[in-house]
Amino acid sequence: MLINGNWSDQDSALNSPFAMPTTDRKPILLDFEKPLAELEEQIKQVRDLAAETEVDVAGQILQLEERACQLRKEIFSSLTPQQRLQVARHPRRPTTLDYIQAISDDWLEMHGDRAGFDDLAMVGGVGRIDGRAVVMLGQQKGRNTKDNIQRNFGQASPSGYRKAIRLMEHANRFGMPILTFIDTPAAWAGIEAEEYGQGEAIAFNLREMFKFDVPIICTVVGEGGSGGALGIGVGDRLLMMEHSVYSVAPPEACAAILWRDAGKSSKAAEALKITSEDLMGLGIIDEVITEPTGAAHTDPVLATEQVKAAILTNLIYLDSMTSQQRRDLRYNKFRNIGKFSEGLG
Amino acid sequence: MSLFDWFANRRKESPEPSPPADREREIADGLWTKCDSCGALTYTKDLRANQMVCLECDHHMRVYSDERIRQLIDADTWQPMDETLHSIDPLGFRDRKPYSDRLREMQDKTKLVDAVQTGLGKLRGNPVALGVMDFRFMGGSMGSVVGEKLTRMIEKATIDRIPVIIVCASGGARMQEGMLSLMQMAKISGALERHREQRLLYIPVLTHPTAGGVTASFAMLGDIIIAEPKATIAFAGRRVVEQTLREKLPDDFQTSEYLLAHGLVDTIISRTQLKKTLAQLITLHPAPQPTPS
Ligand SMILES: [Zn+2]
Repeated sequence: MLINGNWSDQDSALNSPFAMPTTDRKPILLDFEKPLAELEEQIKQVRDLAAETEVDVAGQILQLEERACQLRKEIFSSLTPQQRLQVARHPRRPTTLDYIQAISDDWLEMHGDRAGFDDLAMVGGVGRIDGRAVVMLGQQKGRNTKDNIQRNFGQASPSGYRKAIRLMEHANRFGMPILTFIDTPAAWAGIEAEEYGQGEAIAFNLREMFKFDVPIICTVVGEGGSGGALGIGVGDRLLMMEHSVYSVAPPEACAAILWRDAGKSSKAAEALKITSEDLMGLGIIDEVITEPTGAAHTDPVLATEQVKAAILTNLIYLDSMTSQQRRDLRYNKFRNIGKFSEGLG
Repeated sequence: MSLFDWFANRRKESPEPSPPADREREIADGLWTKCDSCGALTYTKDLRANQMVCLECDHHMRVYSDERIRQLIDADTWQPMDETLHSIDPLGFRDRKPYSDRLREMQDKTKLVDAVQTGLGKLRGNPVALGVMDFRFMGGSMGSVVGEKLTRMIEKATIDRIPVIIVCASGGARMQEGMLSLMQMAKISGALERHREQRLLYIPVLTHPTAGGVTASFAMLGDIIIAEPKATIAFAGRRVVEQTLREKLPDDFQTSEYLLAHGLVDTIISRTQLKKTLAQLITLHPAPQPTPS
C-alpha cells in the first residue's frame, strides 16, 4: 500500500510473507543525483534559516525550487545507458509486488510449482484491476538485504518459471488476462538450476505462452535480464518503464567477453542498446511508460499510477480482439523481430 | 553469459602435445587426424567413414554443418533454404573490432554466410526439414539470421507436414545484435508451437557445445531430445556457475551423461547410429491428418 508517497506495511502482511520497507529512510544517492541533492539541501537550509530568523524568503525558495526542478529534468532526460542501468537497479525502485499491490483492488498471492518447490524470486497470484479479475506475476527483488537473500536477488530458479507457467495456465482456464512484471538481473545460474533444467523451464514458457487465448501484457519495470526476463516475457503487448533496461546479457559480462575488460561495462551498455527508446526504435517493445521526473523511486505513487493506466489502456485494446486475433498478434509481433538482408551483397 | 566459457574452454583445449615429427606434415596435410581425446592417429579417410568418431576411444570429434548434412541427408536430396540471408549489423556494433568486420572475416574463413544451414531433404527416404548450426561461425551464436532461417524452415515444415530436426551447436545468443538476438528465442519457440499444434515431430540433436539462449529455447523443446555422447549442454556456462557458487563443480557437470541422469534428455546416441535412430523415430511418428484450425 502507498500512503502519502511512502511505503507502509499496513495491508501487506495479509498476503505477503515479508515486511514492506519502513518510511523515513535516508535516500540512496546515485552519483549523478548528487548535484540535485546538494541543491535540495541548500533549499532546506534556507528554509531552516528563515524559520529561525522569520525573514521572508518565499521568493528565494521558489527560485531555488524551480532550479531544482529544471536540474532534475536535465539530469534525467540525458542519462547514459549505464546510468539508466543504475536507475533500473536502484535499491529503492518499486518492485513487482509494489506494483501489483498498488494497482490491484484485490490480491491473493499463490505459491509453489506443485513439484516440490516455492521459489520466492518469482511471485504471482490472482487479483482484480479496475474491477477485472487477472493473474499477475513477476520476478521479485528484495526490498532489503535479508529479503534479497530470500528472494535470491530476483533471480528465479526453474521452479520459479514453472510456478509462473502454472499460474498462466490457471489464468487461461478461467479467462483471466495475464499481467507479467519483469525485474531480474538474470535467471539463477547455480548447480541446482542446471540440474532441474533452467534451460528447459524457460524454453517451455516461451513456447507455451504463444498458446494462451487470454490477453497477455508484459511490463519491464526494472531490469530485464536476458533469458531470465524473456521466460515470462512473451505477450501481446510488451511495455517498458522509461528508465528500465532490457538486455541480451548483463553489460558487465558482455564487457568481460567482448572487450576482455569488465571495466568497459558502460561501453557495453551503450553498444547493446538496452534503453526503452532504443528498444522502441528496434521494434522490440510496443510502448514506453513515462516515469516521474527523477525516476520511479522518487515518486512511487505516480509511477504505479502510470503503470496502471498503461496496462488498462492496453487491456481495453486487446479486449476488442478475438482470442485468435490476439494469438496471431502475439505470433506476428515476435515473428517480425530481426534485421537482416537477402540476396547477394 | 555462456559464450564466456566457450572461449575460455577453447583456449584451454588448444595446447596439445606435438605428434611424432614424421607425421606432422601429414597431419597438416589432413591425411592423418589426431584424436584430441586419446591422441590416436587415424587415416582421415577412415575417420570420415566413421563420421569423425575416434575408432580407438569413441570420442566424437567436431563435425561442421556441410559434413553433418552429408551424414544425415540422402545423397542428392538436399535443397538448401535461404542461402543468401545475411546479417546487416543492425546495431552498428563495435567492440574491439566492428561486428561488420567480424562477419566478413568469418564468412571468408568458413565459407558460410552465418551460423546455421537450413533446408529440406530426405532421411532414409523420409522427407525432413533440417537445420544444422555451425560452431565455427562466431561460436554458432544466434542472431537475426539464425533466428529467421530456423523460423522459416519450421514454418515450411508445418505447411509441408514434415518433421523438424535441428542439430544444435551454439554458445547462445549473439551479443553483437543485442536484444534482436534474445528475441529470436521467442520467435523460434513460437514457430515450434505452431508445428507442435499440428502434432508434428520435432527432434533437436544436442552436440558439443549447446548453451545459453539455444538451450533455453529450441534445444530443450523437442518431442524427443537426443544428445551426442559427452557433449557439453548448459544453460549458464560452467565458469559462470563456478563464480556464483565459488566452489568446484563435478567433472561431468553439464555433460550429456549428466543431463540424461537428471532427466533432461531422452537418450544419448552415438553419431554413427544417429541417422538410423532418427529414421526409426520418424517412422514411429507418422504425421496425422491436419488439425482444422
Ligand atoms: Zn580417441
